[in-house]
Amino acid sequence: MKKVIGVLAAAASVTVLSVGATAGTLDDIRAKGFLQCGVSTGVPGFGFTDDAGNWQGFDPAVCQAVAAAVFGDSSKVKYTPTTGKTRFEALKSGEIDMLARNTTWTFSRDVDLGLTFVGVNYYDGQGFIGRKSLGISSAKELDGASICIQTGTTTELNLADYFRINGISYEPVPIETNEEARTNYVADRCDVYTTDASGLAATRSTFEDPDAHVIFPEIISKEPLGPLVRQGDDQWADVVRWTLNVMINAEEYGVSSANVDELRGGSDNPEINRMLGSEGNLNEMIGLDKDWAYNIIKQVGNYGEVFERFLGVNTPIGLERGLNALYTDGGLLYAPPMR
Amino acid sequence: MADATYQPGQHPDLPPPPSTTGVVGWVRNNLLSSPLNIFLTVVSGLLVYFVATSVYEWGFANADFSGASRQDCTSGGACWALINVRFGQFIYGFYPEAQRWRVNLAFVGLVVALWPLLFDNVPARKQLLWYAGAYPIIAFVLLLGGFGLESVETAKFGGFLLTMVIGVTGIAVSLPLGIVLALGRRSDMLFIRTICIGFIEFIRGVPLITLLFVASTLLSFFLPPGTTFNLLLRVLIMVTLFSSAYLAEVVRGGLQAIPVGQREAAESLGLGYWRTMYLIILPQALKISIPGIVNSFIGLFKDTTLVAIIGLLDPLGIGRAALADTKWQGLSSEVYVFVAVLFFIFSFGMSRYSLYLEKKLEVGHAS
Repeated sequence: MKKVIGVLAAAASVTVLSVGATAGTLDDIRAKGFLQCGVSTGVPGFGFTDDAGNWQGFDPAVCQAVAAAVFGDSSKVKYTPTTGKTRFEALKSGEIDMLARNTTWTFSRDVDLGLTFVGVNYYDGQGFIGRKSLGISSAKELDGASICIQTGTTTELNLADYFRINGISYEPVPIETNEEARTNYVADRCDVYTTDASGLAATRSTFEDPDAHVIFPEIISKEPLGPLVRQGDDQWADVVRWTLNVMINAEEYGVSSANVDELRGGSDNPEINRMLGSEGNLNEMIGLDKDWAYNIIKQVGNYGEVFERFLGVNTPIGLERGLNALYTDGGLLYAPPMR
Repeated sequence: MADATYQPGQHPDLPPPPSTTGVVGWVRNNLLSSPLNIFLTVVSGLLVYFVATSVYEWGFANADFSGASRQDCTSGGACWALINVRFGQFIYGFYPEAQRWRVNLAFVGLVVALWPLLFDNVPARKQLLWYAGAYPIIAFVLLLGGFGLESVETAKFGGFLLTMVIGVTGIAVSLPLGIVLALGRRSDMLFIRTICIGFIEFIRGVPLITLLFVASTLLSFFLPPGTTFNLLLRVLIMVTLFSSAYLAEVVRGGLQAIPVGQREAAESLGLGYWRTMYLIILPQALKISIPGIVNSFIGLFKDTTLVAIIGLLDPLGIGRAALADTKWQGLSSEVYVFVAVLFFIFSFGMSRYSLYLEKKLEVGHAS
């Protein structure tokens, strides 16, 4: 009996100790020497493996930027592929340090699940794609259409809402994955396919004749996607939040991986100087190296560069900036100042 | 030819008419024996022809086998360039390229270890059996590192390597576990019987995918935060437990088919419980259970693809991540066909082996 109590006491003290240890995620990450980052198992442009087996894409780029800020080396990331069903548990249980996996920021996920969204790195919304030959130019004319829809997602609920509000009817064709949807749509088993607009653009890029298909202008939902961390460690949340903000601010101030070496020595813009560390002590406030912002921009790039690399008009996905342009260009990207 | 004369009853046997023997006879008897059969033969012949030619044209004649992206596939058929470029990923996952020889060696080692286990006319079988007993340790060191080998994390395991690790471990561990459970379920001891029944019924009553979710998400809540209990190990445990419950029921079916006289005869010879089981009951029971056991194994092997749902990248997961690369988007048919062929080779091999084993152990009970 004494033995049992001893074991229990030991277990309890280990638990207490390790709870104490998780108070500083940043220190933990420094101690283990790498960032454990949750990514998707494959979303075109947002997360995929390249031919050499490395994770690439718009979301892994955020992980790489955080690693650059913390370690000065964007390659110090280990990726954990997560699915829609395992992502939040992986984060909450401490298996991963942050999650960058096109996850929609919603009230219940932020408040109820014990997670902290640190920002938005892609403003998405649900849209429709259909054949030009249907002769339809708006989603409101879709009365009676058959619609391919991924089951068990928010898109399904959005769709039902939208058609109810507009008083029109539709015939759902339930499917499981994006690939399946693509195949069904191409085989003409549904008139239109609905999912997030970024996904529609990516899907359209694989069609034999992309110009024969049109993405309708209606966006029927708000899907702000962004990276998130566990609730309760504000220092760590700040690191991830301001890594994202540095990327956005860098684009606004015209700092890119090409000219950051030059600007690092000092410039006429005090905002840039504070960000890159030639003025002020922002890095001490957040507890990172003096070159943290420089490393992010140098090794990963500013927001615009990353966008153009994985999603932009020169990639097969070919997304316009749209809502994801800077506020100065009519978009929604607006990061607080570096001061 | 002059007609020879024979005494009545002395005429030598004539060969059967040519139209009833050989290929012609077989075709007439089996394919063209009635108007309906002629019709069905023609229809299915055409069907086979069209399917085969279109598969051939898509998969071979019009296919591209090399290229750096989908744009290089211009022939209109399958684009095997994706498989070609990513073959290493499909087989080894993210295992470091310089270390892949270790996986190959482990696979060769597995074949050598299985050889004396699966066949009995093997030279130096006794030594090889010792080696087979030590193989799990050898494979563990080879795959994970140690003894001078660079260590590789299980997070790097993927593709077919992951399938093999889960499948082979699951099969190897669940068979003895299943036999023990089956014996326990038929035990006279109330406590053991209750535990075994409870375990089997619980595991059989829960879908594998639920157990995998428990392994991937719930378990980490029970453990103190910060402790990392390897995800692959958790999955291995769950898959093995799942498979052993099913095997226990298959083996129990075999045990029940053995007449009670066998046991009574063994006892009257003075054999104890374990020797009765080992020498008399189990050899007969397992022999009857072979088709069921192999069936479970094949099922387990294919069920390993479910791990894709909890974020482990088996060949299907690797395929999905590859398809998200805009260079290769839209080539899902190629990926699925390739993975299907891989799985078919192994599953078909297992079923052929079970047929061989049934024939070898045939003692005349079966009709």
